[in-house]
Amino acid sequence: MHHAQNLIICEHCDSVYQKRKLSRGQVADCTVCGAVLERHQWIGVDGQFALIVASLIVFVIANVSPIVTLKLSGMAEDTTLWGAVIAMWNDGAQIVAVLTAMTLFFFPLSQIVIFAWVLWFARDQRRAPGFAQAMTTLVKVKPWSMIEVFMLGTLVAVVKAHTYFDVVPGAGIWAYGFLTVLITVFSSHDPRHLWDVTGNGKA
Amino acid sequence: MSAPPRARELGMMSCHVCRLVTAYTEDPQAHCPRCHSALHMRKEASIARSWALLLAAAMFYIPANVFPIMRTQSLSSKDDNTILSGIFELWRAGSPGLAVIVFTASIVVPMLKFIIMTVLLVSVQRSSGFVTKHRARLYRFVELIGYWSMLDVFVVAILSALVHFQILSRVEPLPGVVYFGVVVVLTMLSAMSFDPRLIWDNRKSQ
Repeated sequence: MHHAQNLIICEHCDSVYQKRKLSRGQVADCTVCGAVLERHQWIGVDGQFALIVASLIVFVIANVSPIVTLKLSGMAEDTTLWGAVIAMWNDGAQIVAVLTAMTLFFFPLSQIVIFAWVLWFARDQRRAPGFAQAMTTLVKVKPWSMIEVFMLGTLVAVVKAHTYFDVVPGAGIWAYGFLTVLITVFSSHDPRHLWDVTGNGKA
Repeated sequence: MSAPPRARELGMMSCHVCRLVTAYTEDPQAHCPRCHSALHMRKEASIARSWALLLAAAMFYIPANVFPIMRTQSLSSKDDNTILSGIFELWRAGSPGLAVIVFTASIVVPMLKFIIMTVLLVSVQRSSGFVTKHRARLYRFVELIGYWSMLDVFVVAILSALVHFQILSRVEPLPGVVYFGVVVVLTMLSAMSFDPRLIWDNRKSQ
């Protein structure tokens, strides 16, 4: 089948454009529907790999350290993400427990690990084993990873709890905050760009 | 500047997963030569799927709002909160600013999703050529805000795990929160099933 590497088609309205080289900070918008066609990828492959390793470390910290600690007349109670998942499961909200585990643990973790895997090979312009499946999974999992929402949810929970208890923020909440920043940095980067910078068109 | 051509007119299509541009093919079994995902011109059964998921979400939205989502128990009192009453309590006791954020995420965002998806689906089915660019923008807006509705679900999850002081004080999730979580997932699936390219197909008037 014929294919054209130099063309780009708007995903929102099907308009066809010639690909253009973008310089730093530039974003190509579709002139028909206004959707973003392409952004300049201002962090190179090495930089992205470094950031993804940082994300993995922060993700581990976020998951093992307590997010917040509550104190009430000498008693203290803290929780991690998995504490929340288990509490929902035991209190009859199993669907929510599964949803929470998926959107805040399994999907973000698989995103980080898979992205690290393909980036490691992309540093030498190589395509990792299982590249096609890895890239497909990254695209499919992306909308279901909800760390940023959880970050805001934690803040709301802290304020709600603050009226009745002493609230001590733990390392976990800072880790989630830092992850949110990293996600924002990555949001201007499309992993599909790796198709163009690896393998010279051969699988 | 004249409008760029559309892929369909040029006999081209692009892979919905990796964006590779290929020649148009009728073959429903066709796969992307690069990432091996199924190739199609438009998302499959887009309108039917999108409607079905949206209607299912609307049905679950009723119990999600009527049933309480969270129980706060202490020595002297037992307090069940629905989404809306929880927001009022946050407004009174905690922080009005956060109450506005929760109100936006839990009430405004789902309502907007229902309204916008209905408008998009009806207008596409009627082949409307009216304010196409604005409708395209509405779709991108729905995609962008979709998952923020999970906010309240996560708040209940964290509080249920934290507030566990035996008989002194406890927070428990109630069925409303399950329905609400399902609503969020269904509306996200509905928006993903919708193909925004349809806004630009078969327009009666240009």
